[in-house]
Amino acid sequence: MTIVSTAAGQDAQAGEASAAAGEVLLSVRGVRKSYGARPALKGVDLEVCAGEFVALLGPNGAGKSTLFQLLTGLFNADAGEVRVCGQDMRVAPVRALGRIGVVFQQMTLDMDLSVEANLVFHARLHGIGGAQARERIADALGRLGLAERRGDRVRELSGGNRRKVELARALVHRPSVLLMDEATVGLDPASRRHLLDEVLALRASGVGVLWASHLVDEAEVADRVLVLHKGELLAQGTPAALVAASGCATLAEAFLKLTGSGQAVEPA
Amino acid sequence: MRPAHAWLALQAVTSREVAKFVRQGGRLASALVRPLLWLVVFAAGFQNVFGVSIIPPYDTYIPYQTYIVPGLLGMVLLFNGMQSSLAMVYDREMGVMRLLLTAPLPRWYLLFCKLLAGTLLSVLQAYVFLAIAALFEVEVPFSGWLYALPVLVLSGMMLGALGLLLSVNIRQLENFAGTMNFVIFPMFFISPALYPLWKLEESGAAVIHLLATWNPFTHAVEATRFALHGQVAVQSLAIVAGCLVAFFLLAAWGYDPQRGMLKRTGKPG
Repeated sequence: MTIVSTAAGQDAQAGEASAAAGEVLLSVRGVRKSYGARPALKGVDLEVCAGEFVALLGPNGAGKSTLFQLLTGLFNADAGEVRVCGQDMRVAPVRALGRIGVVFQQMTLDMDLSVEANLVFHARLHGIGGAQARERIADALGRLGLAERRGDRVRELSGGNRRKVELARALVHRPSVLLMDEATVGLDPASRRHLLDEVLALRASGVGVLWASHLVDEAEVADRVLVLHKGELLAQGTPAALVAASGCATLAEAFLKLTGSGQAVEPA
Repeated sequence: MRPAHAWLALQAVTSREVAKFVRQGGRLASALVRPLLWLVVFAAGFQNVFGVSIIPPYDTYIPYQTYIVPGLLGMVLLFNGMQSSLAMVYDREMGVMRLLLTAPLPRWYLLFCKLLAGTLLSVLQAYVFLAIAALFEVEVPFSGWLYALPVLVLSGMMLGALGLLLSVNIRQLENFAGTMNFVIFPMFFISPALYPLWKLEESGAAVIHLLATWNPFTHAVEATRFALHGQVAVQSLAIVAGCLVAFFLLAAWGYDPQRGMLKRTGKPG
């Protein structure tokens, strides 16, 4: 399979805009990972710049979660490098992790603690305590409309609000890069849309977002879309560029064509 | 790692463990029932069977209840240490450990925080047991209460580190109970917790006696016994400290978050 290059046309515009918006915050080069004899990632390259929302689109089993484990330092890559704000995840994991905020696919909140206690726990793990922690927690909860629920136990919240708490938690230490691993799984359409809008709004503050999903409609609003399938990046570009390159009418059709037929699509 | 950051992280992990402990109302009771049964029932029934001669640190004949209290304190620490490691395997399977391990701190330090938090709970439970034992006329001098603190902390950490090491090597929660049977009971019974080691020697159980002298739990119990009597068992303390360092280094070196996650999900995404 050939990676679709969409450096021309609309994509070039987007690339210039990203470069103008700021530095490369997340850089992945030649990352490979296998589980025994089975390859999960076969040499993945990607970048996320400041203020950019990048959707990582792939069907189940494409390698998205494996990539996220590597980006968060939980797994070690067999080859290649991951850099966060210039810090190599393998050489300086502590510095790299300090610049990342993560919302995992699986919920990692303590259900029996209050919303605020969950955030205090996270803030302290990131070296933020006292008045500064209180201020940042209030800010993050206020931004997500959860200020009134700060004292509630997580168990009492809806699925959508739990996800918002996880997002608030990921923002407490003011990361440069936000990693969202299929964060909308299990949410109703309204909650899904709301969460997506909240994350999109972060672009204005210069946060680079990598949003993994298998839902095409979530990728349509991205600055760039990366299509991952069977451990390989098949295509990347703006949603419009990918649609144009595929000769399809919609991004969903383009995605199906790329991952279904497995044939390369030439740039438009 | 900034000291202030390290301190905040320790606070975070400890306060979470304490909150969990308080939430699980029956945990303290269940931790105390076991040693209290040994103290109140077993010791009452067997005090005339197990005659205890004058052995250090004691300078006179002592009731059997007094003899087994250090071993029962060790039992509290041992079970709690293993329970902490069980909780860690559970957290790993549920994905909660991921949050901790993506914090910008060295992995060994995060594990050390877990160890300290578990030890704090162990030592608190040990002192509650000691206070209840006092109600049953087990006399511990005031100096014993003070001397016991560092020994209980060191022993609690050593047994917690052993639990940590086991959790590193246990791939699934289902395997935990079986593993514990091979650890808790042999460690407890092949030790001077219930009878002095010379009795083993005297009865010709030379192999078991040898195993007992190699058992780190033996030294935790003996160090506690001397401490409760206002004395310091230097050799036992040194062995406990050495085992603590060895177990923790092996656990920190072998900890691999990938292992638990792959087992849990069955396949990577």
